[in-house]
Amino acid sequence: MSLPDYGFYILCGTAVILLAAQAVTHPTQFFQVFIFGLTQGAIYALVALGYTMVYGIIELINFAHGDVFTLGAYIGTTLLGFFAITEGTFTAINLIALIIVFPVVMLIMGGINITIERVAYRPLRNAPRLAPLITAIGMSFFLEGVMFLWRGPATVHFPDILPTQSWYVAGVFFGVRDIFVVVVGAVLVSLLAVFINQTKLGKAMRATAQDRDAAQLMGIDINRTIAATFFIGALLAGAGGIIWGLYYNTIYYQLGFRSGLIAFTAAVFGGIGNIPGAAIGGLVIGLTAAFSDSYIGSKWTQVVIFGILIGVLVFRPTGLLGMRVPEK
Amino acid sequence: MSEQPRDNILELTGLTKRFGGLVAVDNVSLHIKRGEVFALIGPNGAGKTTLFNNVTGLFRPTSGNVLFDGRDITGFKPHQVARLGIARTFQNIRLFDYMSCLDNVRVGRHVRMKAKVWDSLFKLPRERREEERVTDEAMEVLRFVGIAKHANQYARNLAYGQQRRLEIARALATEPKLLLLDEPAAGFTPQEKVELMALVKKILNRGITVFLIEHDMKVVMGISERIVVLDHGEKIAEGSPEEVRNDTKVIEAYLGKSA
Amino acid sequence: MSNAAPARRRSLRERIGFRERIRDRDTAVYGILILLALMFPLVSYNITEGTAWISHATRAGYWVLLAIGLNVVVGFAGLLDLGYAAFFAIGAYTYALLASPQLASSPANHAVHISFWILIFVSLMMAALFGAILGFPTLRLRGDYLAIVTLGFGEIVPQLFYNFDQWTGGINAVGLIDQPLLPAWVQGPWSGDPEFKIVSPFNFNTDPVAYYVLVCFLVAIAVVLVTNLYNSRLGRAWMAIREDEVAAAAMGINTVTTKLLAFGIGASFSGFAGAYYAADVALVSPDNFLFIVSITVLVMVVLGGMGNVSGVIIGALVMYYLIFILIPGLPEIVTGFASNVGLGSLNQSTGDWPGLGEETQRLNFIIYGGILVAVMLLRPQGLLPSRVREQELKHAAVQEEEAAIEMSHA
Ligand SMILES: Nc1ncnc2c1ncn2[C@@H]1O[C@H](COP(=O)(O)OP(=O)(O)OP(=O)(O)O)[C@@H](O)[C@H]1O
Ligand SMILES: [Mg+2]
Repeated sequence: MSLPDYGFYILCGTAVILLAAQAVTHPTQFFQVFIFGLTQGAIYALVALGYTMVYGIIELINFAHGDVFTLGAYIGTTLLGFFAITEGTFTAINLIALIIVFPVVMLIMGGINITIERVAYRPLRNAPRLAPLITAIGMSFFLEGVMFLWRGPATVHFPDILPTQSWYVAGVFFGVRDIFVVVVGAVLVSLLAVFINQTKLGKAMRATAQDRDAAQLMGIDINRTIAATFFIGALLAGAGGIIWGLYYNTIYYQLGFRSGLIAFTAAVFGGIGNIPGAAIGGLVIGLTAAFSDSYIGSKWTQVVIFGILIGVLVFRPTGLLGMRVPEK
Repeated sequence: MSEQPRDNILELTGLTKRFGGLVAVDNVSLHIKRGEVFALIGPNGAGKTTLFNNVTGLFRPTSGNVLFDGRDITGFKPHQVARLGIARTFQNIRLFDYMSCLDNVRVGRHVRMKAKVWDSLFKLPRERREEERVTDEAMEVLRFVGIAKHANQYARNLAYGQQRRLEIARALATEPKLLLLDEPAAGFTPQEKVELMALVKKILNRGITVFLIEHDMKVVMGISERIVVLDHGEKIAEGSPEEVRNDTKVIEAYLGKSA
Repeated sequence: MSNAAPARRRSLRERIGFRERIRDRDTAVYGILILLALMFPLVSYNITEGTAWISHATRAGYWVLLAIGLNVVVGFAGLLDLGYAAFFAIGAYTYALLASPQLASSPANHAVHISFWILIFVSLMMAALFGAILGFPTLRLRGDYLAIVTLGFGEIVPQLFYNFDQWTGGINAVGLIDQPLLPAWVQGPWSGDPEFKIVSPFNFNTDPVAYYVLVCFLVAIAVVLVTNLYNSRLGRAWMAIREDEVAAAAMGINTVTTKLLAFGIGASFSGFAGAYYAADVALVSPDNFLFIVSITVLVMVVLGGMGNVSGVIIGALVMYYLIFILIPGLPEIVTGFASNVGLGSLNQSTGDWPGLGEETQRLNFIIYGGILVAVMLLRPQGLLPSRVREQELKHAAVQEEEAAIEMSHA
């Protein structure tokens, strides 16, 4: 173990001790913030997965990914408008609408992301490395422009159709919607893990991320595998967008910019290219943001999150899980 | 015995490099005399390149020492090693692709140049003079390896054999005392191999010691004075070309591999 | 020693050959730029009867400075910096705080007013210092991790200026920033005065052309210095690191200090531009240095042709025109066009239709994003990519015969 490792552990240890002290002295507040951080983190995790998968396979920081997430929310709110949903309570129609809208939005986003990859990234696969980065930024503006044109610059309402039941347990308030966010997030991440580890396509994705040339020699269709990666990343981002909408009930066209950066930070935190790392990174960043908001002050949250990002990279460049880094 | 270190340009003692459970170089000791051509051979994966990387500071040895010119350079950084006078080429050519051949070689002159940031920023006269001198020296090296007419081309646009020569030129530009060549004849035609051997002789005549990894036995036997054989990271034989050729362990290592 | 004589002869021949110089693309680009820069104030004043174009040009100038500086980091040394605006902010705030009434209302309780001509160097050094502080622990990281660290830094810095509002005024911005002063200045037809006159002493806020002249000087100095670096030991070391870090180290290049120099020098250009910017706009707020600024400069560098100084200048000018003139001006152009071709009715807003002008404005993001994608697809290497230097072509041409002779002897 080297010196930087100690630095990393000391940082993490200090944070844990401070939080533990809070948990003991003010348990109610602590767990309240914890629940909030957990839900936020679940959403960041879903978005972070898309960043990490794309980076893992083509080493591109896909700046448009946060906007894919937002666009998912926009399409979600539009589709929900076609159903006779009732806001503020939970009806059978609400449930049906959700059951239909979730997969439809996810598939639409998958399709859009494949198109983006096809148009803006694939032609540049052998171009200088910064060229796809710039097209990714261009696509980000483009998607924001589409949402702006479609629904204008103001915030957009997202229907509030989740069950409203909530409970106080030992003074800590939480509702069905909190459980919903965390459960849906966990289910999707587990499905992804199964997919990556068990299916042929998932294995092809891992092989391509390891060594593209070798994978090609083994008969893996690289274009298809990369397209699949974008597709799956967008499924998760689309789901994340709807969950965000359902939880917060407002969205706006530049939402993906900031939450995208934060989700990307989560991906790096977990060790970029590392799928379980992104999920854990999302949770950690969500919790960090929540704790920072309430213990330090929300105007410091951005400094805290990006400070952590820099600290992690300096002390432990392989990320939290400290696993594989594609070295090419 | 007491005067031997003076004659040895490089001495490895008990050099070991582990990657996790794999021992890529296993307790290897050897010494290279000033002014000789010394060859390192062995089957694929024997640890030859890893040994080079330990000498040039790319890796830090797990244990053991590297003595260069009587000085312990174990754990030195690559640029420090280069400054002291060890230059190398790479098994899979590593040129500066989008720089001209001339610039590739001028990068090689880097360690022997004096210009500081201020000199360059304001193009002071002494910097201009140094640039002119270095450009001429670089052309001279390109001529020496026989690719001067490609000086203005991007390195990536050269033919394969010329790229290998350029890599040697770049290494020579650092004014090394010891030159490490990692499979310089790989992928060469018989004609190119002959030319390479002539080039190595010319380098030797400049007073540079050559430490060579090579698979091609004709090349190895043709130019080297002493040979060390590595197998699974261990030194299994050492001696003159004849001695090594007839060594049963060596024959086994190679036959065992091909069987 | 025997080589010295032919070297002299060569460089002399080079110095005279005017026609050869024109053939050199960089010289041509710089020649045109200098001509345009000289004519611009007079022409723009006479065409527009005002200073709108001039102030556009002064603003384009600091983008050019930023692009030149970032090009050192990204184009020369191949280090991706996604937080370049942070150094710009540091330069701007250094000037803003030390040359305005701001610090009077801070815990320091005392306003500071230092001359622009001193502070521009202080800003430069502050930015370089922060570049080094950030670079020191992080330059060991793999390429992309460095990009992410810089991104994080770029997010933190404006937020810090925002949070430490006791000192910086936070969201209220630093205003009333001092203007540069000079002992004397010449005004003439280019600035709307019918005849030449000498103003003494001279305050920059009395004549927008002054900022224009200043930024032209700054850009010219930057180009000369950066080009010198490019053609030097350090410039080659940067490019070697960009091409292959391992090989560069094996050639004796200390990669950490060399990268640190790229980072520090790149940052110092940004600091320099920041001081100029703060003086020009006279109002500095944290919102002027967000991620979008870093991204815009990066786009300028990549689009212009990374690594090539003249290309990067063109890239910066083209992008400036696109982002700050063409796209904002589009609604007007489109509505004008519609009325001219008899489609004026489209300009009115009816029902869902917001009117053509408004609609075009809403398309801004799409147009900008679309242009970025299209340009990169068409020219992934940028508009004017760097080439092997002309000088070497000539050098090699001279050497070619010699080499041929050499070979036949060998
Ligand atoms: N950076 C590394 N990390 C882990 N293992 C390594 C690393 N570099 C080399 N190895 C392993 O060390 C062993 C020796 O490799 P090395 O490249 O030195 O062999 P070699 O003798 O040069 O073979 P070849 O003739 O194929 O070039 C191999 O098993 C290789 O996989
Ligand atoms: Mg090898």
